[in-house]
Order: sequence, then C-alpha cells, then structure tokens
Amino acid sequence: MATRTIKVDYLARVEGEASLKLVVRDGRVDQAQLSIFEPPRFFEAMLRDRDFTEAPDITARICGICPVAYQMSSVHAMENALGVTVDGPLRALRRLLYCGEWIESHTLHVYMLHAPDFLGYEGSVEMARDHGDLVRRGLDLKKAGNEIVALLGGREIHPINVRVGGFYRVPTKRDLAPLAERLKRAREAALATVQWTAGFDFPDRERDYTFVSVSHPDEYPFNEGRIVSNRGLDIATADYDSHFVESHEQHSTALYAQMRDGGSYLLGPLARYALNHDRLRPLAREAARDAGLGPVCRNPYRSIVVRAVEVLQACDEAIALIEAYEEPDHPAVAITPRAGIGFGATEAPRGMLFHRYRLDDDGSIAEARIIPPTSQNQASIEEDLANYAEGFLDLPDEALRHRCEQTVRNYDPCISCATHFLRLEVDRG
Amino acid sequence: MAKAPRKPKLAVWKFASCDGCQLSLLDCEDELLAVAGAVDIAYFPEATRAKVGGPYDLSLVEGSVTTPHDAERIQEVRRHSKTLVTIGACATAGGIQALRNAADVEDYLAVVYARPEYIKTLATSTPIADHVPVDFELRGCPISKRQLIEVLSAFLAGRKPVTPAHSVCMECKLRGNVCVMVAHGTPCLGPATHAGCGAICPSYDRGCYGCFGPKETPNTEALSAGLSALGLEKRDIRRLYSTFNAGAAPFRDEAKRHGD
Repeated sequence: MATRTIKVDYLARVEGEASLKLVVRDGRVDQAQLSIFEPPRFFEAMLRDRDFTEAPDITARICGICPVAYQMSSVHAMENALGVTVDGPLRALRRLLYCGEWIESHTLHVYMLHAPDFLGYEGSVEMARDHGDLVRRGLDLKKAGNEIVALLGGREIHPINVRVGGFYRVPTKRDLAPLAERLKRAREAALATVQWTAGFDFPDRERDYTFVSVSHPDEYPFNEGRIVSNRGLDIATADYDSHFVESHEQHSTALYAQMRDGGSYLLGPLARYALNHDRLRPLAREAARDAGLGPVCRNPYRSIVVRAVEVLQACDEAIALIEAYEEPDHPAVAITPRAGIGFGATEAPRGMLFHRYRLDDDGSIAEARIIPPTSQNQASIEEDLANYAEGFLDLPDEALRHRCEQTVRNYDPCISCATHFLRLEVDRG
Repeated sequence: MAKAPRKPKLAVWKFASCDGCQLSLLDCEDELLAVAGAVDIAYFPEATRAKVGGPYDLSLVEGSVTTPHDAERIQEVRRHSKTLVTIGACATAGGIQALRNAADVEDYLAVVYARPEYIKTLATSTPIADHVPVDFELRGCPISKRQLIEVLSAFLAGRKPVTPAHSVCMECKLRGNVCVMVAHGTPCLGPATHAGCGAICPSYDRGCYGCFGPKETPNTEALSAGLSALGLEKRDIRRLYSTFNAGAAPFRDEAKRHGD
C-alpha cells in the first residue's frame, strides 16, 4: 500500500506551538492531525481561591495576542454571577476597547501571518523587501488598533484598566478626540485592505460548516448576545454546557470542543459574518459586497477578506463610539461579593471565548472553566485538512506542507490560548 | 569594494508563555522594519517560516521551563547562542504558572484535564536562569517595548542596556502622580516593584500589581506592614504577591509569610 506522510514539526506564523501530521494511503487522506504541544499552564486550577476581582488580570495572561477578549469574557461572567449590569458609556468603552483589539489582532494576522501565504513569502519582513508600502500600511493600521488599547487600557498587551464593573479610570471626551482623527486614516487603510485581499488567488474549497457565534439583535457581536448557529441553535450563554462538550485527545494539550449532538463547528470571522451580516455597518457591508463576498462565505481561505471587512467594521464603529461618548459619572459600578455562578461569552478576534465561574460568599473563585476559540475550532481545522488536502496531493511534499500550513492559518489559531504550535507531518507511505 | 559586515543573527525562542513578550517585537510598528534591517532574523517562527541555522548572535528567550523536553531544549538554545537575553516574567521568574510550585501539580492536572496521563509536565515552572547562564534579563509581564528596543540597540552598539532597577515609586514621582496609597488608601506594590512600565497603574488610579517583579533589595516586610495598616488581611496580601512574579524570591517569601 502506498503511504505518504507529511509532517510540519513546528508550524510558523501562528501564535503558539503545534504540529501537523497528514497520512496519505493510496491517494486518500487517511489521517489529519493537529497536535498542540504548547506546555499546559493550568489556568483553571490557578484561579481557584483567587478573588473575583483578579480574574481579568490573571486570565489575560492566557494570551498575549487577545488579552482584551479574556478580560471581557471574565468581567461579563463575574458580573453575571454577581447580578450587576454595566451599560451606557461604560458598555460603549468596552466595545471601543474590543474594536482596538480586533483591529490590532486581525491586522497582525492579515498582513504579517496570512498574506505572505498568498503572495509567496516566508513572512512579512521578507514581503516588505518587495512590498514595503503595503507592509507599512499594515503596520500603521495595526498601530491604530494598539493606540485604542493603550489609551483605554494603559498598554497594548495585558491592559491594566479593565475591572469587574467597569474601569479604574475613564477617558474624557478630549482624551478620545485625537483618536477619532487617527481612526479616520485607519478606516481608509482598512478599506484599501479589503480591496487588496479580495484580489488574492483563493483555492476553490468550500464546506457546509456549522457556524457558531454570539449574536445581538442590534449590533455586530462583541460583548453580549445569545449563542446562535446556522442550524437553528439559539441559546442563552448559561446554556452553553447543555449543547457543547469538551474531550481530551492524546495528541494534544488543548481540549477539543464539539456539539453534544456530535460534530464540529466553526467559530471566528466566517461564522460571525454569516450569522450577523445584516448588522454590519453600511460601510463594511458595502465593502464586503464590492469585494465579491455574498452574505455567507464558506471558503476558509477567503477568511482573510472577511477579517479585513471586520477591521473596517471595527474602525468605523470605534469612530462612532468616540463621537457619541459622554463621560460617565463613575468609572465602575459598585459591587458586593456574593455566592453565585456566572457565564460570559464574547467574540475574541478568532472566535467565541466562553468563561464560567462559581463564586463563594466572599467572592473567592471556587471553580473556573475557560473554553478558548482555538480548542473549539480544532476539530474543524482537522476536518478541513482531511477534506481539502486530498485535492492538493499532486503537489510535491514541500508545496503540500505549505498548503496544509496555510489551511491551518485560515483559522488564525491562537495556540497559546488553546494551550499552543504546529509541526506538519505528512505520511504518504 | 569591502564586503559589508555580516549582520548579527537574531533568534526568538518560546517556552511556556502567552506569546505576549515576543509579540512586543511585532508591536514595535515604527521600529520593526529598522530592526529587520539591522539584524538577520534567523529564527522567529511566530513571524516567519524562514529558518537559518545557528549559532545565533542574539537569542531572545520568552517563557519558563515546565516540561522535561523544555529543560533539555533550553540547553540546546544556550549552546547555539552567543548572547542570551530572557524577556518577560515567565522567563525571568517562572511566570504566573509558577503558582504550581507551591501547589500539587497532580491536583492541577486533574482539575484541567480529563486524561492527566496524556500530559507531560514538571512539578515546577522555573526561570531560564535556573537552567543556563543568562546574559541579561528584561523584566515585565509583559515587557515594555521601549525597553526591548533599548536592549536591541544596546546589543548592536556593544553596550549594556539601561534599565534602572529602582522602584515604580520613582517613575510615579517622575510622572507627577499623586501617591495612590497615601492619598487614596489604595494597596500598591509600587514601593517593592521594579521600574520599567512607566508607573501605568497608578496613572490609571489603581495600585501597582507588581508585574515587573521585585526591585533590587525590596523592603517587602515594611510594605506588607503598610498594606495591613490599610486593612488588608493576610490572605489579601498573600494574593497580591502571588501573581506574575510569584516565583521571584522576595515576592515568594513574602507571600509565604502571609500563608495560612
């Protein structure tokens, strides 16, 4: 029997450590495995017996790429447990902060991690030698996102200003005004990014995914809403555990999440876009249409275009939030500790991030559960490899390996989150 | 014409960490292309697939040692590196994951994983300097990108980086902040914490939580006395010292002094 094995021992341009293994038997993919060998750090165990107020700072350290997502899911879960609602300008500031992280993280992925696959470079520094202006545009756009996070959060990575109930200090209207001007320039760059990525050459591959995302009646989803799918799922965040289940496979230090009724699902830009297309701001919706995206996109290689559309959405939304901002009377809502269980699901750049906490009377954490987007996407990534690689088997090993890596990078996997990095092993016999 | 001098080879290595400190390099949006022009980025998998073999003139190491495999790998990294600089609290103090050092790792495994037998881990999370000689340690959770650029510039110029080891209090004074502890009674680790962040937390009306780790010769005992005078209980004080630099000796010992 002809067997061919393709391996990538350490997957580059993803955040974290993982490897890939593809086993081909007689021209068919027999096995596709994404192994995450990021060393485990045991956050859920470390959170026990910490104060509820410590969760946003501690969980941020799960991921240096999307710390805001961890802070947001944790504060929402805590507020849910403690019976507190944060609305008005504080809610708007949280959305603004999240816009900053989307712009920063998505632009990093689009320009520095993913575009080099389409243009034939090893990385963005190599790409800059031929396309200096493009890379500089990307860096400037990314910087605009970081400037939002730095102003509102105190610094770009592991911001210090988020707390359960709101913020430690809120900006004045005057603090934010220069940022709006800056973002208008970024919005132009984001629009150009949509047009640029739309012109890439995409492999023609589609699957009928189960898309899952947070969904809000009036807004493109960030912080709150119900959990919905394109197969009729429509549940409160508190019911997550009744519909999703995690399991542990030997080849990975990240847990796999699946629907309880069996089957993988896909989180992130493609899912959010398909499930919330009509809630995009008009500018982003028009740009998507002009880029040739229908209301649903099932080609994961095109996720780079959807990511660019979401950067445009976030720039436009951030400008609107700043223009409507009125300084709140207090930087945070007062909170009294009590026993309870709380749930939070928010949209990290790479997909829905779920937190659940059980608190004791004094506000100490008795139990914590965190389900990052990349562990939820793991099964879908492996299915993409199994389904799509077959059409690429005529490629020589190195080109096939590269194509498989690109297939994983479609997901912008954050393996530090899912625990972390990629090796590709292709076994062709 | 004389041949241009060879550019120094830079490698970036990851151990147990969140990726945030190496991301700081990509977050230097204004300097990144200049850095890429001054050094040969020989190994930086988060940024590029390209790989150039060692030896490396400068290795930046992020993360702590938490697995048997990583304990061996760091030896190899050291062998291939002329200068080795550790970046961030995981690499310099073991990171937040060093909380396991005072706990039962079997219990940690059972809390997180359904099949603990699939996981290979050490009972401790330790800084890189516990395993190999380190040429320079850059503090912070995360590091400051301004200080990272200083480390790279100093390396290129062949001088020692300037990263003062005094306390966050000095930075607060330089910024003209009102002391949050004296004026507002907010618990603050600033007096015992290594400078470098620019006193961000007090500038945002919150107390420092020590993410740059202990300063040189900190008087943690006096600070803890001040914290209890503000009404903090033993447990609160223990928690305050037990975060991202929980493995750094002065913080670890002070937390232990406030044990049950």
